[in-house]
Order: sequence, then structure tokens, then C-alpha cells
Amino acid sequence: MRARLSDYSLRSAASLAEALELLAAEPGRWRPLAGGTDLMVVLESGSLQHREYLSLWNLDELRGIDVTEQEVVIGASTTYTDVLGHETLRAEFPLICQAAAETGGVATQNRGTLGGNIANASPAADTPPALIAYDAELDLVSTRGTRRVAYARFHTGYKEMDLRPDELIRAIRLPRPRGRWRQWYRKVGTRRAQAISKVCFAGRLKVSDGLAEDVRLGFASVAPTVVRAIHAEDSVRGRPLDAKSIAAARASLARDLSPIDDDRSTARYRLRIAGNLLEMFLTQGLEGDSNRQGWVST
Amino acid sequence: MSDPVQVRCRVNGTSMVLSGHPMARLLDVLREQLHLTGTREGCGEGECGACAVLVDGRLVNSCLFPLLHAEGTAITTIEGLEQGGRLHPVQEAFVAHGGAQCGICTPGMVLAAVALLAERPNPTADDIRVALAGNLCRCTGYIRIFESIVRAAQAQAGPA
Repeated sequence: MRARLSDYSLRSAASLAEALELLAAEPGRWRPLAGGTDLMVVLESGSLQHREYLSLWNLDELRGIDVTEQEVVIGASTTYTDVLGHETLRAEFPLICQAAAETGGVATQNRGTLGGNIANASPAADTPPALIAYDAELDLVSTRGTRRVAYARFHTGYKEMDLRPDELIRAIRLPRPRGRWRQWYRKVGTRRAQAISKVCFAGRLKVSDGLAEDVRLGFASVAPTVVRAIHAEDSVRGRPLDAKSIAAARASLARDLSPIDDDRSTARYRLRIAGNLLEMFLTQGLEGDSNRQGWVST
Repeated sequence: MSDPVQVRCRVNGTSMVLSGHPMARLLDVLREQLHLTGTREGCGEGECGACAVLVDGRLVNSCLFPLLHAEGTAITTIEGLEQGGRLHPVQEAFVAHGGAQCGICTPGMVLAAVALLAERPNPTADDIRVALAGNLCRCTGYIRIFESIVRAAQAQAGPA
């Protein structure tokens, strides 16, 4: 242990209401800790900057998965293991399940939470591209009430987000998909399990009469935040899925993404691979072959 | 800043109260307070699985587990697997089929296998690879570990 534990504190609250009161009483004093799978790593490394933490692990109000006719609402402290065990999520949101299965190993999946993955705000996080692909929204709660934000606009800069110091992410809301969508998730890293991604992609595509009726493209590890590739989407939406529109979408990626060189990869490699993934995704949509591994249609 | 917390839990079947900093790693509490040194520290950052234990039957990395989160839980370490002086079938299979070499990863591997078999008594080769993906071994090349788990599953299913 390289940190001096006596410099830190961790407490819990008896209920969500009490947790929110604590956050409201001294905004910025307490930061949330959920499963600890990231913060405990930073603590051990001796570089955990903030000192005072509020554990959310025991708060049942933040747990569980509710299914209504219109949407699936996932409590922020729901673990990857809980996600993987949920039938509706497996059937209708397979990219989220695939992301959960590729996040760390079983021990991490048993403790890591979706809300923690979001609030940790790593640009290399695994589930966020899938959340973008499914038009996820977040419920943010404080003593002042609840507000809802589109997840694709939640991250505002490197490790910055539209979350006030007295707010917690209460839940992730996913509208249930209508119609047939072609979907693909692909994490590119040095190793299939455990590795942090060099590039991560999640896409959904609705094709009718050869036209790309609608499309969602989410990427991680290629910008200061997880991003929705809006320009690439616009290059194909409503157009025939042909070589021309696919090349245009690939070219547009340069506007959506801003990868860097770091210890996992290079900017050049990342942009190239992101383009390859996009092209594979769109080409597959054109050919209509859904039997390849990793492809799912609903 | 934090006062020590008193955490009520069961460790290997025995009820106890653990005292310590709420952010203390369960790994350190197990090793230093309870002298359960079968739980190893490998990487200290959740990558290698050497520190894995079961909390309420689920595999966790004890290096990433703050003591505060142990409240009300049942923890099983490698020392808690044997029953009445007899090794757990997974341990016996590791011994019989060469699943252990230097022994650093072995407690985590065995507990990961126990968690897997509790959920899937007849795992496929792929199930085993997924269940052990978070446990690194630098000696065996994994083949004998996988083999040990297959044999343990067969042994648990009873004589053919």
C-alpha cells in the first residue's frame, strides 16, 4: 500500500436520502465510491487526489433493473454481473451485455458498476459506447430533485461531466428498441480479457430498402471523452449504403474523433482502426450477413 | 481522518468483528489481522487475481475491496475450503493433475474455479477460460489448471 490511509476517509449513509443530504450540506466534500474497482487501484498507487469518500455500495435504491413497456431502467450501482444475468438486457441490449462481459474478469464484473463506469469518466471505458448506441439517458438526483440528461452529451471534457457536486447518478434509462437493428460491439486491445482498449466501438444500424434509415455510432479511447460520431452518422443517415457513403462516413470520423498517442497506442493507429471498424460495420450492414461472431440483430 | 470502523462479518464460517480503517484493503486485513496468508498480493491493482476471495459466494479481488464493504458479508478464503481436514475437490484436483506450480496464483485460481463450479457444475472449455480470465499464472501455461477444473467437475458429479 503506497498511500497513507490515515489521509483518507470513507463513510456510508443509511439511505439515498441521507447520502444526498450529506452531499448537499457540503458540496464537493464527499465524492462517491461504488464498487471501488477503479478508485481502490488509484488509492493503492498513491495518487488518489481527493480524500473524502461516501460509499454508495449499501444503497439499495441505486440497485436493480426495472423493465417497463417503453424502457429499461438500470440502477447506477447495478454490477456488470447483474447486467449479464438479466434476460431483457441480453435480448434487447446485447451490446451492453457484451461490453459488461469484456470489462475486466469475473471478480471485477462482480463489483464494478455501470454508474461507476460512467462517473469515473474514463475515455477508455467499455460500456459507454454501447450506452451511446442505445440513446441512453441518465437520471441525476440531488436534494433539489431529479433531472434527466442525454448520455451522449453528459461528458463535457476530459474527466469532466454534467454532474454537480451534490448530485448522484441514480439510474441509466434505455428506450426499448423498435424494429430491426443491426448491432455490433468491438473492443480492440492487446488481449481479449482484462486489457484496457486501444479503440472501442459500438454501432447500431437500421436498414430499409438499401437505405441507412438510422444509425448510432459510439467510440471510446479515441477522444478526451467517450464520443458519439455525429458527423459519420450524418454521412450515411438516409443515404444508400454504398461505397460512396461509406467512404464519406469514414472520412467524417476525422472530425468526430481526436485520438492521442499514449502508452497503449498511437493516434494514427487508433484513427485507422476506428475507420476500419466503422467500415466493417457499415459493409456488413450492406451485405446483410448477421451470422458473423459478434453480430446480433433484434 | 477516518476513525476505525468495526465491521461484523463471517470469515471461513466464523463470526467476527474486524476493526480497521474503512478503506483498508480486505487483502491486508485478512493477511495481517487474521494471518490468513493464503490470500496473495500479486499486482495490487485488480489485474492478476492472486488476491481473489469469495464474498457471499462471489469472486472478488480483495486488493480492491475496502473493509467497509465487508459489513454483513460471509467471506471465504483458501483456508476455508477444506472440510474436516479434507481438501475441497477442486484443491484435490489441482494437486492430482499438476494445477499448481509456484503457488502464488493457486489460491485465486482455486477460488475462481469453486465460484464457477457452484454456478455451472459442468462447465465448457470456454466457460472455464472466461471464469479464469482475471487470474494470471506465469508457470503452468494454464493447460493443467483447466484440466484440473475439468477433473474436479467430473469428481463432483460422482463416479461415472
